[in-house]
Amino acid sequence: MEIFIAAVIAMAAVGIVLGAIIGIAAKVFKVEVDPRIDLVTELLPGVNCGGCGKAGCADFAKSIIEEENAPSKCPVASQEQVSSIAKALGIEVGDAVKKVAVVFCGGDHNQEKVQTLYNGVNDCVSASLIAGGPKGCAYGCLGMGSCARSCPFNAIEMVNGLAIVHPHLCVGCGACIDTCPRNIIDLAPQDAKVHIYCSSPEKGAAKMKVCAVPCIGCRKCVKAGEEDQFIIDGFNISVNYEAEKLVDKSILENVKCPTGCLLTEAEHIRIEEAQINEVA
Amino acid sequence: MGEVQEYLQLTVGAVLVYNFVLARFLGICPFLGVSKRLDTAMGMSGAVIFVMTLASFATSLIYNYLLKDALVIGEYTINLGFLQILLFILIIASLVQLVEIVLQKISPPLYSALGIYLPLITTNCAVMGVATLSAKSDYSVGQATLFGFFSAIGFALALVLFSSLRERLELSQVPKPFQGMAIALITAGILAMTFIGFSGLC
Repeated sequence: MEIFIAAVIAMAAVGIVLGAIIGIAAKVFKVEVDPRIDLVTELLPGVNCGGCGKAGCADFAKSIIEEENAPSKCPVASQEQVSSIAKALGIEVGDAVKKVAVVFCGGDHNQEKVQTLYNGVNDCVSASLIAGGPKGCAYGCLGMGSCARSCPFNAIEMVNGLAIVHPHLCVGCGACIDTCPRNIIDLAPQDAKVHIYCSSPEKGAAKMKVCAVPCIGCRKCVKAGEEDQFIIDGFNISVNYEAEKLVDKSILENVKCPTGCLLTEAEHIRIEEAQINEVA
Repeated sequence: MGEVQEYLQLTVGAVLVYNFVLARFLGICPFLGVSKRLDTAMGMSGAVIFVMTLASFATSLIYNYLLKDALVIGEYTINLGFLQILLFILIIASLVQLVEIVLQKISPPLYSALGIYLPLITTNCAVMGVATLSAKSDYSVGQATLFGFFSAIGFALALVLFSSLRERLELSQVPKPFQGMAIALITAGILAMTFIGFSGLC
């Protein structure tokens, strides 16, 4: 009986003493935290993707309060979420166009010639360090999926040795852009549905030697489109995403791109996926 | 000579020969859970070293002055040794809680460096294990603290080695059935086998 009572008393005593110490410490060492930080953290999406450049949503909330960062820097939050945060804090929303990543290359295994046999580490960064990788085009997708591995949202799929961004999964955090050693991934507005899938600045003939779907700089699309809708940069043409009126799908009917690198997003994905079926 | 050997066992032995993860198989969950990247492994290692040293100090105090010998109160002789596990859990949990509160105020950089790992490691079997092992071997307070610190160093060594291996594995072409946790477990097994090479060292 004594041992029973002693055990209860001992545990109770230790528990009470420890509880009291923690209670006192919590009072003495109290750190004042801005209550707005918790509020903003709750309003943020809470996926901790790091797309804003901070260590997580709580860290970003802190920077909104303390460094007056714009809530719209969060690439995941919808327009409503951003405006609800801005409303709660009584600050400006900050303008943000929802952007998604696009891989500007159409050179999958079927379109692009493989020049060397590469047997090394299955990683684009490693491959590009060794004689520029296996593919013929020095400006195209290496197809080893470094970007797909770096994507926190699994929005990039490797199809036929080509990285494809699924726009409905992409939040535009930019992790893939930093990873790609060829710098062929960039953010484009979500509303832009037509892209030119080529990034190579080489001459048309040189590109045609290594790839079946390059942009040869023929300017047919430029002539068919309105002024300012395309950017001509040497032998490479790209869609101007800052134009007042973005290129829409109708341009594909007006202009027949001779190589087929001017495509809608949906068509690009459809072509690549159809090719898997062919191979299978 | 005997004393030197004892301290060698407490230090080199705890790190290499009786490594907590690879020889005693304690603390496997953080070993597999946070070993995907080297920087998270470093954070975890820091937290483990911190908590295990403190925990072995606190629990050995309790052990040596409360549980080891029977207490004589008046005419009663009471041996509280059977409360060991219960008391150790209580002590370790509240100690970490306390340390977290104090750190947040006194040293915010250290607090943010240890971060989420500090409360996570509290309920780990490695921390509980170091306290129980010290009690079982009847270490004094100083010895127990030393043992706790070097055991944690051993844990950190294993974790850093393993996470470096896993970062490298990420880039290699692993056959589909072995991808992910399967190859991690195989790697851990091979790593444990290499540590058998240290047995007999001291």
